[in-house]
Amino acid sequence: MTIARFWRETPQRYNLGGAKCTVCQTVYFPPRSVCPSCAQHRQSIGKLEPFHLSGEGEVVTFSVVHDAAEGFEMQVPYVLAIVRTREGPQLTGQVVDVDPKEVKIGLKVRATFRKLREEGKAGVIHYGYKFAPAEDWDGRPPGRGMPAHVPSELPTRPAEGSARA
Amino acid sequence: MRDVAILGVGMTKFGELWDRSFREIGIEAGFQALVDAKLSSGDLGALYLGNMASGSLIAQEHIAPLILDYSGLGPHHIAAVRVEGGGASGALALHEGWLAVASGAHDFVVVGGAEKLTDVPDVEASRITGGTADHEWEAVFGATLPGLWAMIARRHMHDFGTTREAFAQVAVQMHENGSKNPNAHYRNKITLEAVTGATPVAEPLGMLDCAPFSDGAAAVVLGPMERARKFTDTPIRLAASQVACDAMALHHRREITTVDSTVVAAKRAFAQARRAPADVQLVEVNDAYTIAGLVALEDLGFVEKGKSGPAFLNGEFARGARLSMNTSGGLKSQGQPFGAVGVAQAVEIVRQLRGEAKERQVSGATLGLAHNLGGTGGTSVVHLLERTN
Amino acid sequence: MEAGIVSYGVYVPRHRITPTEIGKVWGVDGAGMGAGLNVHRKSVPAPDEDTITISTEALRTALIRGAIDPQEIGALYIGSESHPYAVKPSATVVAQAVGATPNLTAADYEFACKAGTAAIQTCLGLVGAKMVRYGVAIGTDTSQGAPGDALEYSASAGGAALIIGRERVIARVEDTVSYTTDTPDFWRREGQRYPSHSGRFTGEPAYFRHVTECAHRMMERVHTTPADYQHVVFHQPNGKFPQRVGKQLGFTEAQMRHGLVTPFIGNTYSGAALIGLANVLDHAKPSERILMVGYGSGAGSDAFDLTTTEEIAQFDRSFGPPVEQFLHNGIEIPYATYAKFRGKINMGGE
Repeated sequence: MTIARFWRETPQRYNLGGAKCTVCQTVYFPPRSVCPSCAQHRQSIGKLEPFHLSGEGEVVTFSVVHDAAEGFEMQVPYVLAIVRTREGPQLTGQVVDVDPKEVKIGLKVRATFRKLREEGKAGVIHYGYKFAPAEDWDGRPPGRGMPAHVPSELPTRPAEGSARA
Repeated sequence: MRDVAILGVGMTKFGELWDRSFREIGIEAGFQALVDAKLSSGDLGALYLGNMASGSLIAQEHIAPLILDYSGLGPHHIAAVRVEGGGASGALALHEGWLAVASGAHDFVVVGGAEKLTDVPDVEASRITGGTADHEWEAVFGATLPGLWAMIARRHMHDFGTTREAFAQVAVQMHENGSKNPNAHYRNKITLEAVTGATPVAEPLGMLDCAPFSDGAAAVVLGPMERARKFTDTPIRLAASQVACDAMALHHRREITTVDSTVVAAKRAFAQARRAPADVQLVEVNDAYTIAGLVALEDLGFVEKGKSGPAFLNGEFARGARLSMNTSGGLKSQGQPFGAVGVAQAVEIVRQLRGEAKERQVSGATLGLAHNLGGTGGTSVVHLLERTN
Repeated sequence: MEAGIVSYGVYVPRHRITPTEIGKVWGVDGAGMGAGLNVHRKSVPAPDEDTITISTEALRTALIRGAIDPQEIGALYIGSESHPYAVKPSATVVAQAVGATPNLTAADYEFACKAGTAAIQTCLGLVGAKMVRYGVAIGTDTSQGAPGDALEYSASAGGAALIIGRERVIARVEDTVSYTTDTPDFWRREGQRYPSHSGRFTGEPAYFRHVTECAHRMMERVHTTPADYQHVVFHQPNGKFPQRVGKQLGFTEAQMRHGLVTPFIGNTYSGAALIGLANVLDHAKPSERILMVGYGSGAGSDAFDLTTTEEIAQFDRSFGPPVEQFLHNGIEIPYATYAKFRGKINMGGE
């Protein structure tokens, strides 16, 4: 993958930057420029504003992947999951710091920051979100999450009205 | 719109065709279909070629004129169009062919589907086929196609109590069916224990829950129903051809265990043909993963949502039962050359409806359904094929 | 000095390996080795963890605990000898990941194990001069010892992030002083995978001389004696050196108790003194005096004289695990898993 292709998604991959429709209040991740929930899609154009997910959510379904995709070989077996976030959107990511046998549908998780993959030994390293159990190792309060406030001025946000479905 | 008939069919053997190139298999299937239809190449108006990823798999784009050229049809200068819809590319090409003939834009067209997967290493083929899901928001995070279908399986087990044995039995049944298909990639029979005990790929799916990467091609010739009798005694009517799409990423779907694109395409198809699921005797579904076969039976309306597991274990979808599922062996046994799958499904149903399926023939069938799907359901295509005499 | 620590966060990877397990592989009495070093377990990063991910987790915790707007961070420095890139800053990734970009200055520091304390000093200067509202100093490493080398029994992974500011300070920095010489006790040449060290030369002329001299200078400047401190934290390449240097300087076991973390998680290099300090802050009440003396090979020491304020009583520690949780929990792994995680298996192709 080219560097630019990953880099332009940095606000989403690092900070869970999504979008919220100011017409119907639906939250999207990744951000969209047109709201599929608004009856008249056109009225939502230009009405979606940046909205950051908290990173809190629960496992909707999961798999323990043994036959890895290219670049993930050193991580097997890894837990792949769909997480429903507190704000609504669902997203796909790995669940780490957990015994795969202990992952269940409904497990509460929080976003964490990890290496996703490396472009070989000499290439760039891609970072982004994964998830970890929200209850920490011995049931203490959660130790991972996103800072309460993340800036609205993210450097690679698309121009207003640009297509980015 | 006028009625469209399938006049001829052809396909290559599916499998690891080490000694055969992409263009060789593409041409073979096309010629078989043309010969079967007793049509001369001068009558053709267009070629539609379903293919998922020739650029990534064999570094060749612009393949439709290539196949046209090597088929000797170059001098006719007819239109040749590649159609892409992930694993649904073949059926999507069939839909384009149907549109062309039904609308009257062309009288006779060839619809082909071809894929050559074994010219790249397995891990690369996995990455490329994984691109039929959402690369940026699924694959980048470690999602693979089997991983995504495994998540569907897990949720199906959770919501409906579907057992591991139920979808394992799909693999057993597919190999049983495929053992009677000379074109099948795998013709060996397997046991339930072999499936449940196989090396895990993405839990709960194991090696034998996953269809293989195959090379292969298939083709059909379409023409207007009113002229079909000139070419064949048993024209098969394309009673419905419907495409429906949905969100690319599994996590953006309304429900994890329902493929809405399949539900909608099927509803539209039954409405178009003025028929109901109970009228169908034969179905070829997209069973790239065993669980996908079960989910398809539900979404197509053949069994209530969540009940496919017990129904399958009960033998309701065995060859010759109330609904014969994947008499070809399906993707699991006949093979999975992505862009060719949707066309090969039509070939199998035509052969069954004509009574040419030999060892695996189902008797008395008049209506068949072909269900082809891309990724985890971003695109679904449903065709109804009917014998009218 | 009116600047000090406003918030802090720690992250230590979950996996652990014991000296006994390492010793088995090399035919060494690992338990004896561990007892000698006073290192009983060390942390091991997962294959998807590095100093950037550790820094991000630690800083996110610090930001949430302190309820600090990341956009108010004016400077961010990461001290480490195991930055994932030789060229390309870790600090920019971390700044982006916590939402601190683009209006800040950022850089990576390297001074063996002392780069984290050097980052604190830089932030104190910037904050004290009112050039920035908040400065972030991170000390972190995923350090490696060559297979079979004595370092392999202690080199571990972890880090701490300190937010330095002038408002709502929980631990005021009264003063800081450094002691620096050219002493080649430990190094890693460009392109080399594992560090080299000069054996017993790393002791007296290196660690002990610099830490002792720096501690003396610090106490002279602020007119204190060891008895004036409730807590003392030293750089801790193993569990034994800090105990010995503390005793030599006249500190008691009780003063050293909370600041000594290496016996439980191994030597986190640039993170070690900062994690020790974080554990002290986890336990400290208002008006307690803390002496911290870092050390980095090559060689130098930075000392800090801190006093906790009334603010620490209100400080919200409820978010994020306390340091003790990292010390006493974790999943033990065998050497084979450790070797895979740390890239010690030759995969060919290079």
